[in-house]
Amino acid sequence: MDMNEIKEIFFQECEEQLAELESGLLRLNDGDTDPETVNAVFRAVHSIKGGAGAFGLDDLVSFAHVFETTLDCVRSNKLEASPDLLKVMLRSADVLADLTAASRDGGTVEASRTSGLVAELEAYAKGQPLPSASAPAAPAPKPEAAPEAPVAEAPAATDDSGFQPVPFSFDSIDGDDELAINAAASVFTVRFKPRSDLYAKGNEAVLILRELAKLGDLQVRCETDDLPSLDLLDPEGAYFSWLIRVETESDEEAIRQVFEFVEWDSTVEITAGADEEAFAAPDAMGEEQPMAAVPFDLSLLEDEPVVATETAAPEAAPAAQEPAQLAPANMPLAAKAIAAEAEKKEAAVPAVPAAPQTIRVDLDRVDRLINLVGELVINQAMLAQSVVENESGGSSAVNLGLEELQQLTREIQDSVMAIRAQPVKPVFQRMGRIVREIADMTGKSVKLVTEGENTEVDKTVIDKIAEPLTHMIRNAVDHGLEGPEKRTELGKNPEGILKLSAKHRSGRIVIEIADDGAGINRERVKAKAIENGLITPESNLSDEDIDNLIFHPGFSTADKISDISGRGVGMDVVKRSIQALGGRISITSKPGKGSVFTMSLPLTLAVLDGMVVTVADQTLVVPLTAIVETLQPEKSDIHSFGPSQRLIAIRDTFCPLVDVGNILNFRADLANPVDGVALLVESEGGGQRALMVDAIQGQRQVVIKSLEANYTNVPGIAAATILGDGRVALILDVDAVVTASRGQPLSPDMMLAATG
Amino acid sequence: MKKKVLTVDDSRTIRNMLLVTLNNAGFETVQAEDGVEGLEVLEESNPDVIVTDINMPRLDGFGFIEGVRQNDRFRAIPILVLTTESDAEKKNRAREAGATGWIVKPFDPSKLIAAIERVTA
Repeated sequence: MDMNEIKEIFFQECEEQLAELESGLLRLNDGDTDPETVNAVFRAVHSIKGGAGAFGLDDLVSFAHVFETTLDCVRSNKLEASPDLLKVMLRSADVLADLTAASRDGGTVEASRTSGLVAELEAYAKGQPLPSASAPAAPAPKPEAAPEAPVAEAPAATDDSGFQPVPFSFDSIDGDDELAINAAASVFTVRFKPRSDLYAKGNEAVLILRELAKLGDLQVRCETDDLPSLDLLDPEGAYFSWLIRVETESDEEAIRQVFEFVEWDSTVEITAGADEEAFAAPDAMGEEQPMAAVPFDLSLLEDEPVVATETAAPEAAPAAQEPAQLAPANMPLAAKAIAAEAEKKEAAVPAVPAAPQTIRVDLDRVDRLINLVGELVINQAMLAQSVVENESGGSSAVNLGLEELQQLTREIQDSVMAIRAQPVKPVFQRMGRIVREIADMTGKSVKLVTEGENTEVDKTVIDKIAEPLTHMIRNAVDHGLEGPEKRTELGKNPEGILKLSAKHRSGRIVIEIADDGAGINRERVKAKAIENGLITPESNLSDEDIDNLIFHPGFSTADKISDISGRGVGMDVVKRSIQALGGRISITSKPGKGSVFTMSLPLTLAVLDGMVVTVADQTLVVPLTAIVETLQPEKSDIHSFGPSQRLIAIRDTFCPLVDVGNILNFRADLANPVDGVALLVESEGGGQRALMVDAIQGQRQVVIKSLEANYTNVPGIAAATILGDGRVALILDVDAVVTASRGQPLSPDMMLAATG
Repeated sequence: MKKKVLTVDDSRTIRNMLLVTLNNAGFETVQAEDGVEGLEVLEESNPDVIVTDINMPRLDGFGFIEGVRQNDRFRAIPILVLTTESDAEKKNRAREAGATGWIVKPFDPSKLIAAIERVTA
C-alpha cells in the first residue's frame, strides 16, 4: 500500500464521516440530547481533520479545526446546541463536504463561503461565558496542529523554538559562520532525578540517557545514596538519580526536549558549564565505592529487546544492580524469558477476533465479475439450446446437469448482483443538503423526512437517480411548498414537510417525494398548456391528465424562470431520464394538500426479465415489468378508428392497438391482429395500450447490453441482449413505442437502426 | 526480534498510515479500532509499545491507557498518545492517565519512529 492508496482510503472515510456528521447534526436538530451523538459528530470532524493534516490539505484542516473547536464547546456543555447554531453547523458540514471534494478533485471552494462560516463558528465558540482552553485557538483559523507545530519537533541541532543564551568559546568558531552559535560544542551539566511515577508510566531512565547521548558525548554518574537496604526497598520505588555531563553542539532547549516526556515525573536541572567538581571528586559522594566517572557504554542497550515490557516493575532491575554497570548481566535472561512468553502467547492465540468483516473492493472488479456472470448466463442458455437442438436421444443426465447449471447460474447471478446492491441512504442524505440550500435561497422553512433509507438497489441505479431526484426535490421546495407566511395564513405549520421514501415493490424500487404544499395549480397548468399550444381550450382533460401535463416537454409553470428550478431542465427531462433507466414516474396531487411524485425503477440495470417475442421475423424482448397481461385477439374485439387507428375491446374497455412492427418500421403495412398476440402494457400516466406482436417465444432473464455504449441511441429500443442461440435481440422501449403510436413518429434514423 | 507495536485508532486512514509506516520501519504491527478492542488485542498480542488515539468511540484513549496501567501484566508498556492537539490540557490528561509520551498529528514517519524508539529499548 502506498500513500496514494491511503489517500484514497482517506477520502472514502471522509464520505462516511461526513454522512455520520450530517445524520448526527440532524438528530441533534430533532432534539436528540444523547452525549454520544455529540461525541460522534465531534469525532467525525476530528477524524477528517486528522487525516487531512496527514496529507497536508491545509484548507480542509483549517476549516475542520474551527468547526471542531465549536463542536468541542458543545461537547463540553459550554455551548448549547440551539437550532440557530445547528443551522450554522449543518451549513458548515456542507462546506466541509465541499472542501473535501475540492481536495480530492482539485477544485476550490469560494473563500467567502468558508470565511463567513468560520466567523460564525468562532463567534459561537467565543460568545460563551466560560472561554475554554480551546477557545483561544479560535481566532486564528490556523490550527494548532499545523504541520510545523513546534512541540512535535524532534530534538534537532537547529531547533528554532528558542534562542537560549549558550555559552561558547570564540576559539571554536573557526570557519563555520552559519552554524556558529549552535555548532560550538558546549558543556552542560544535567541533574536528573526520576520519581516512581516516571517508571509507572512506562518511561525508563536509561532510555532518556540513551536519547541524551544522541546529542553528544556523555559522562554519566549514577547516584545511589538514596538506595535503602533491601528490606526497606520498595521494588517500585525510584532511588537513583543521575549526574550527567553533556558535551554537545546543541543548545539547552534540545537537552530539555529529551526530557519532554518525563519532566513532570522527575526533577531535571540543566546548567550550562561543567560541574567538574562533582565528577572530579567522587569520594565526596560515596565512601566505599570508587565513584570514578564511568564512560557510559550505550552499545549495551542497542541489542536489548524489550526491557520495558518486563512484567515485573522495570525499575526493580536497575535498583538491584551495581551502579557502575547499568544493564549487563541479568538482561539477557529477562529477554529470554520474555521471548519465551511471547512465543507461548503467539502459539496460544493466533488471531484477533473481529466484528462482522467487510472488505472494500474496487467497483471495477465487481463490474467485471457481473459482466462475466452475464456472459456465463448467455453461455449457459446457448449450451441449453444446442443440447435441445441436437437432442441425441434426450440423455436425462445431460438434461439434469443442464438444469442444475441453470439454477446455479441464476444463483450466482443473484449473489453477484447483491454485492453491488447498496442502500439509497447516501443519495437521500445528499438531498438533505439540497433541501437546506433551496430553503435558504427561497426563504422557506422545510423539514425533510426520509423513510426506508436502507432500501437496497443496484449501485448503477443509485448513481443515476441522484440527478432526477435532485431536480424533483428542488421543484418540490421551489414550486410545491408555500412560504412560511402563506402557510401560516392557510393555517398550516410554517415549516413545510418534504417526505422522501423508498421501498421495494414487486421487484422494483419505488421512491416517493411527497410535499404538503399547495398541490398542482390546475388552472394555471391548463392555461399554460393552452398558451404553449399543448392542448386546445376545448380539450376535456381529467385532473390526472392535467397533472401529467407538467411532464410535457418544454413545460414550466414558474412564471419567471427562477434560479433554482429553471435551469433549462423541466420535468420532461426528469421523466425521460427515469424512463431511460427503465423506470416510470407519476404524480398525484391534491389542491391545498400537496403533491406526491412516485417513481418506480428496476432494481438493477444489468439484467431484465423479459418476454421474447417475434415481430416481422425479428426477435424482440419486452420488459416483463411493463406487461400487464397477454391475450389472443378475436376478430370481433377489433374495431377500426380513423384511417389507421384500431382499438381492441378488452372486457368492458377499449384500448388502442399498437402495431409494433409498423411503428419500428419493420413493415409498412399493418399486421392482422387476429394472427398475432396482444401484450397489454401499462404506459406512463397509467394508460393501457395493447402491443401487437406476431408470436411469443418465451420468457427469460436477459443480460442487458447497452446500445448507447456499443452503438448509438436508437429510439424505440432500450437496449440489446444476446439470446441463447447467440443472436442479438433488441429490447423494446415500451414507453417510446407507445408515445410514437400517438402520432409522434420515432426519429428518422430509426429505420437504419432497426434494420441494421 | 522485531518489536511489536499495538496501534489503537478509529480512523481507517490513520490506521493504514501507521501500518505502512511501522512495517516499513521493520516493526511488527497489530491494530485495534477503539479502546475496548485495544484492551482485547493487548492480551493476545503482547506488544512492546502502544500507540493510541484519544478520540475514539466506546472507550477513548484516556480510558484505554488507564486500563493498560491497571493490568498487572502490561502496566509497564510504554504508551504513546497520538493527538492532533498540542495544547497542554490534553497532554496533561493523557499523562495523568499514564501515557509515556505523545506524538502530535500529523506525524511524519521519522517523527513517529523516533518517538517509538525513544521509549523502547
